[in-house]
Amino acid sequence: MDKGTVRKHIKYRYIIQLFFAAVTNSYVTGFAAGKIYQGNLKLLCHPGLNCYSCPGAVLSCPIGALQAVIGSRAFSFSAYVFGTILVFGALMGRAVCGFLCPFGLIQEGLYKIPFPKKINRFRGDRPLRRLKYVMLLLLVVILPMTINNAAGNATPYFCKLVCPAGTLEGGVPLVLLSRSGGTALSAGGFEGLSGLSESIVRPGVINVPTTGYQIGLLFWWKFSILAAVILLSIINYRPFCKYLCPLGALYGMLNPVALYRLRLDGDACIHCGKCSKACKMALDPVRETNHSECVRCGDCVKVCPTGALDMGFGDGKLTKLNETRHHNAATARAGGKERQ
Amino acid sequence: MLRKRAWAGLMVIGAALVIVGVARGETVVVLQKAIRICLECIGIG
Ligand code: SF4
Ligand code: SF4
Ligand code: SF4
Repeated sequence: MDKGTVRKHIKYRYIIQLFFAAVTNSYVTGFAAGKIYQGNLKLLCHPGLNCYSCPGAVLSCPIGALQAVIGSRAFSFSAYVFGTILVFGALMGRAVCGFLCPFGLIQEGLYKIPFPKKINRFRGDRPLRRLKYVMLLLLVVILPMTINNAAGNATPYFCKLVCPAGTLEGGVPLVLLSRSGGTALSAGGFEGLSGLSESIVRPGVINVPTTGYQIGLLFWWKFSILAAVILLSIINYRPFCKYLCPLGALYGMLNPVALYRLRLDGDACIHCGKCSKACKMALDPVRETNHSECVRCGDCVKVCPTGALDMGFGDGKLTKLNETRHHNAATARAGGKERQ
Repeated sequence: MLRKRAWAGLMVIGAALVIVGVARGETVVVLQKAIRICLECIGIG
């Protein structure tokens, strides 16, 4: 492949992902002291799924924030969080998933672990992907909007019942830190929660209780989901993104119109099928360009032998590039081998 | 063309929603939630 035609930001995507994850989780004191960041930056939402209960997080999780506002006594809709997601989504679509989301990065890292047979295409895969829209509607919007406690606030159901990002980024480190800071955890029910209120509710005081968090059935339920996501990520590319993530569902709806997009030069495409084979989201980039499931990973762009695929903001310089691409396509059609 | 208009329209609506949300004080709720350890997130509440 002609390296010159693959844009630098696609080649360095992993570095961008790592850099962004590190910057947005840079509250090192949190990891050392078992605290979470309590500064004003948390007014802002992270574009990706990044738990605000992660000791390192300096921004808010948009899905957590959405449930908090919808479920609060004062509001039943969040203009602020929906607006933020709309702006990020209109600008980047699911390029947020490909470039900026720490939980996407974690799943990609796991997928790099060798396994005899990776499975990304199977029967039932596409219908299963609709599950994330159910998560969004039911657990993030409808339940927090309708079921309130006596004080008028609602439970963030997605966080409570499903989110493995919260368990991994917040639950596991805080539970471990609480353990190392005090006595061992006791398994069992939720009776220990009242003992936690002092340390958790008042900002500024020590966040992690010195007696250790009391973990119960709910923790193990969420931990099992996390374990399943981790194991599946080794075999299947980004299973949480494909099947469960409500934020991915929102960005997916904006993918077809987003400014940052996959571009296909239909004339230069020789229909060799290499892009489709390379797509770990199991798409056909030629027939399904800018599909709601495309996380803009750029793998299809990298393998295209004629440079018919490209990725960037807007429609780009397709016309200027056409000359070279048509030449490459003609060479390939004439039996010329792939560019090196 | 239609796509470009849709993109621009969504950006404007998104920015307007952010302004409305800030004006009616939603950011206070976000901050209050985000600066305390969320028991639901970590799996114990
Ligand atoms: S538990 Fe998940 S959805 Fe909830 S705030 Fe944390 S990362 Fe966001
Ligand atoms: S689908 Fe969700 S978890 Fe996956 S990369 Fe996108 S925002 Fe992150
Ligand atoms: S279509 Fe291309 S950019 Fe989109 S997910 Fe598939 S390989 Fe990645």
